[in-house]
Amino acid sequence: MIELENVYKIYRMGDSEVHALDGVSLKIEAGEWVAIVGPSGSGKSTLMNVIGCLDQPTAGSYKLDGVEVARMNDRDLARVRNRKIGFVFQTFNLLPRTTALANVELPLIYAGVRDRRPRAVEALERVGLGDRLHHKPNELSGGQQQRVAIARALVTNPAIILADEPTGNLDSKSGAEIMELFHQMHTQQGLTIVMVTHDPDIAAQCERVIHIRDGKIIGDEHNGDRRKVPGIAEQMKPSDSVILESVAAGATR
Amino acid sequence: MTIIESIRIALRSLSANKLRSALTMLGIIIGVAAVISLMGIGRGAQQAIDRQINSMGTNLIFVSPGSINQGGVRSGQGTAQTLTYDDAVALATSGLSAVAAVAPEVRTFGQAVYMGNNVNTQIVGVTPEYETVRNYRVQSGEFISAGNVTARSTVAVVGANIVTTLFNGEDPIGQTIRINNVGFKVIGVLEAKGGGGFGNQDDQILVPLTTVNTRLQRGNFRGSNLVSQISVQATDASQMDLAIQQISEVLRERHKIRFEDDFTVRSQQDLLETATQVTGILTLFLGGVAGISLLVGGIGIMNIMLVSVTERTREIGIRKAIGATRGNILAQFLTEAMVLSVFGGFIGVGLGAVMARVISAAPLGGTLVLNSVVGLDSVLLATIFATAVGLFFGIYPAYRAASLNPIDALRYE
Repeated sequence: MIELENVYKIYRMGDSEVHALDGVSLKIEAGEWVAIVGPSGSGKSTLMNVIGCLDQPTAGSYKLDGVEVARMNDRDLARVRNRKIGFVFQTFNLLPRTTALANVELPLIYAGVRDRRPRAVEALERVGLGDRLHHKPNELSGGQQQRVAIARALVTNPAIILADEPTGNLDSKSGAEIMELFHQMHTQQGLTIVMVTHDPDIAAQCERVIHIRDGKIIGDEHNGDRRKVPGIAEQMKPSDSVILESVAAGATR
Repeated sequence: MTIIESIRIALRSLSANKLRSALTMLGIIIGVAAVISLMGIGRGAQQAIDRQINSMGTNLIFVSPGSINQGGVRSGQGTAQTLTYDDAVALATSGLSAVAAVAPEVRTFGQAVYMGNNVNTQIVGVTPEYETVRNYRVQSGEFISAGNVTARSTVAVVGANIVTTLFNGEDPIGQTIRINNVGFKVIGVLEAKGGGGFGNQDDQILVPLTTVNTRLQRGNFRGSNLVSQISVQATDASQMDLAIQQISEVLRERHKIRFEDDFTVRSQQDLLETATQVTGILTLFLGGVAGISLLVGGIGIMNIMLVSVTERTREIGIRKAIGATRGNILAQFLTEAMVLSVFGGFIGVGLGAVMARVISAAPLGGTLVLNSVVGLDSVLLATIFATAVGLFFGIYPAYRAASLNPIDALRYE
């Protein structure tokens, strides 16, 4: 489903070149739950932006559902972001002064959907906010805001959810609730989830963990299919991977 | 995304910042209101002058004395004393095919006194033809007759305003007024013509032409035969040019002119054209001044839109991330600018119409009434102009918004 081949992303900072992605090759199948971990500046956010079609690679090939993204124009990229990908950000990124319902309706407006309200209500009910439809972001808690953001990501029925540190701004209880929500989305709807994080506990809950450092993939491990495991509580223990420990050390550094 | 959708989004984000939106709109409101009201006033002035010129009569030709040319210095028109009552009689009796009627007049200023009241006004010496040629109507009593003219009678027909200023509204017929110490019996009152501008026609006192020259004129003019102007009515609008030609021929012959005419012949049309030209320039000037304020309003919109784009960089990033194209963002910000300017335009049209109405109601210079005219064309013009201003000044900020890179926009704090 997601196929990166020798992808480079090079930023020019004055005279020097920064290789944010340095020859990344990666394949993510439909229905996988993948965590991308790495210290800050490792290129994981850039990788996420490229996968999310917010950014285009400097060189290399990125195929989404077999379609080459690197050659798409602005309009096509916007359509892909709208239809195939749902974004969940660390800072929620909801429109201020706008109700939860209107925030969730927004992607549908750009998708040209006419009968938006029922779909938006349904998406909000799915994340457990059926009673907060007309609340504005500043009237909601962090966890609730992230739920609205997830509802917004889900409302267009995308195949992929891209989450950038989705629990980074939340307390551990809300964080666990949000993770539970991702778990549900994954197990019940078979959504492909790609999650950027530097929290080893979060990474441990994912089926597959990709480690990235200095723009290169340095590790790729499988934790087993989470869909076969019913509860989430027992998944909270960190993986015993050596590499993961080193990454965790890097993150706390 | 439909237009209605864009407008709804624009309204929502504009209402998020109500005071700022209102202030931005104020620039356009004032601009459009100024355009509407000032153009209305200009238009009203034009109509008032047109009305006055047309109220003088129909198919008129005015013959005035030429100017004195003394030692190479040319004085103003009408300074020469070349037109006489005999000229007028000749024009009337030469059997000119294009001339229907001839009405000479002689004008002088005089003080009219009745009881304790007095008024300084124009005394016009006329003949009976003056009534029809210059479109006067007698409201009560009668007009000056041919007999009055030959007899040099001391009778007067007073303008409508004189009744109030001199007689305190009482019936003046049969009363005697003194003009420059000569007693005149009032035999008629003229219907009000309204208007103003060049000497109010309702303030005049009409007396027999011959009486002015023998009894009222002072110094050298007393006993002269001179007239200030001869109004000639052509038989038909199509005969105007021919009439002018015939009049000129008769006068040249009588005055034995070989080189330069000592009289001027102008048609009513000429007067109207001159007046239209003047008021047209006035309207254009007023419109231009108002247009500048509209332009300033437009710059205000651009300024606010630029601030708005910077302020909402993050919003733009979010919208792009969830699927907005460049076109969507461009349309959104352009619609916001347009909504501001079009709404402002509508409110401005309303305000301008009210202002024009208020100015019409205010008395300007005595009885001059300026019925300002707010035409559909000026409403359309102002609205279209306001929309164009919104479009023009909205494009750059909207373009800036649309070209933002989504990643940078999302990171923007």
